[in-house]
Amino acid sequence: MRSQSTSFWLASSILLLWCLAALFGRHLDLAPNSVNLERILTPPTLQNCFAYDDLGRSIFDRLIIGARTSFFVSLWVVSLSAVFGTLVGTIAAWRGGWFDLAIVRIIDIFLAFPGILLAIALAGILGPGINNIIIALTVVGWVGFARLARAQTLSIKKREHIQAAIALGTPTHKTLRRHVIPLIMAPLIIEATFGIAGVIIAEAGLSFLGLGIQPPTASWGTMIKDGTRYMLVAPHMVFAPGLALCLVVLSVNMLGDKLRDWMDINE
Amino acid sequence: MLRFLLTRIGSALLVMAGVVCIVFFLLHMVPGDPVEVMLGESAQPADREALRHELGLDQPILSQFYTYISALSQFDLGTSLHSKRSISEILAEKLPATFALALAALLIAVLIALPLGMLSAVKKDTLIDRGAMGFAMLGTSIPNFWMGPILILIFSLWLGWFPVSGSDHLSSIILPALTLGTALAAILSRMVRSAILDILNQDFIRTARAKGMSEWRVIMVHALGNATLPIITVLGLQLGALLGGAVITETIFSWPGIGQLTIEAIQQRDYPVVQACVLVISLIYVLVNTLTDLAYGWLDPRIRQV
Repeated sequence: MRSQSTSFWLASSILLLWCLAALFGRHLDLAPNSVNLERILTPPTLQNCFAYDDLGRSIFDRLIIGARTSFFVSLWVVSLSAVFGTLVGTIAAWRGGWFDLAIVRIIDIFLAFPGILLAIALAGILGPGINNIIIALTVVGWVGFARLARAQTLSIKKREHIQAAIALGTPTHKTLRRHVIPLIMAPLIIEATFGIAGVIIAEAGLSFLGLGIQPPTASWGTMIKDGTRYMLVAPHMVFAPGLALCLVVLSVNMLGDKLRDWMDINE
Repeated sequence: MLRFLLTRIGSALLVMAGVVCIVFFLLHMVPGDPVEVMLGESAQPADREALRHELGLDQPILSQFYTYISALSQFDLGTSLHSKRSISEILAEKLPATFALALAALLIAVLIALPLGMLSAVKKDTLIDRGAMGFAMLGTSIPNFWMGPILILIFSLWLGWFPVSGSDHLSSIILPALTLGTALAAILSRMVRSAILDILNQDFIRTARAKGMSEWRVIMVHALGNATLPIITVLGLQLGALLGGAVITETIFSWPGIGQLTIEAIQQRDYPVVQACVLVISLIYVLVNTLTDLAYGWLDPRIRQV
């Protein structure tokens, strides 16, 4: 039990650091894009364990800016997907009939695209850039929320308090907002937590493929990609962004697991 | 059984039709002009018009769709803008490599996940269990585009055990398959653990133990045997992630499959090829899922009633 809570605090601290870096990194005295030819590929030392990349840019500064990129992309994608998906799923389950049937079919079809393949194709066709990544990942991301919200709404639709609200003539939007959505929040929050981990990896993956964030803006994905070209001489270029990425994703996943445990107990 | 078969095949066909529509409309109606992206902003208007005409983009969208569907019904996926070859031909060349990679990754995942998940279930709440589940958590959190380069660095560059990339040797498949299979192994081992734990709590297991059956036999025959169904389902569902992941993995290792083709086509702005790749990979996924469903119904008669 003790080691469990240690890992929980560790994960929370990592996430806190990530958020702080994303929110306040800009105000630090950073020079993520300043090229310095004298320190090209300088290996890590005890004084500077992050060292410099192939253009002599500070890897630490670039990690901070990369944190910002992954933070805002995942925040946007998960918020947009969650709001849109929950709306579609809840309304489909609420209304039923042909509308529900159509939504179920559309969800099935979107789920037929494996992994981030559709996002890769969309990002490729939309062209690189942070907005296009957000669009591409949201097009893929809303489906999970819609499916979950629909299933949850169906499972509580017949409960007495909701039937009572309907009988009292409460307007639909009010019933949904006050009586349905609060009850189905818990699983959606867990889905959103794991969704953040998924989007962080997806953003870095798209940037790794050259379809995402464009240079010189730092993204952990592009940093890994740049590093693969110098792996023999400067492996630190691959290690640093990869470790940052893994730690954040691992922490988000652990927190998601913890949340799931907690909420199960409450149920 | 026949009814079950027909419903499943019917819904698979419906999903496939939907996939065709989405691939077409999403990739055609996204904002941004593909012709401009292909030729660059400095292209002459006349060149743009010529390319637009060549691609049929000057037609109304519904008539483009009709042309696309009629060609597709004859298994004609169009022509590559880059190599001017038939796309079906290119895909036929690339698909075997992707199948080989996916199968190898699947094999690695099962070989890691079965023993790990079983061990973890049998030794529940011990250090072994925690270690195994820690590995599983790590496995789902390491992205393949980081794991791939790290494996190359350690096993190809430093140790020199495997080739860095390509598919010239038989051993070339090991690193990409490991990269692709690890995440699946992690998910699968969690699944195996919970499936076996569920089964170990059931009455027939207590009966088997009460009969004096050895613990080994209880686990291997009764628990694992009954866990096969959920495991097969997860494998079928996860194959999608595997195919999606293959796009990145193949790019890292220059593995000559359909994933690498997709990325190359994106870089060359070869949209007909991108469209065909997304379509074919997704259709394979739907097909595999339908087959999994059918296999499930065949293995477990209770499912057929639904």
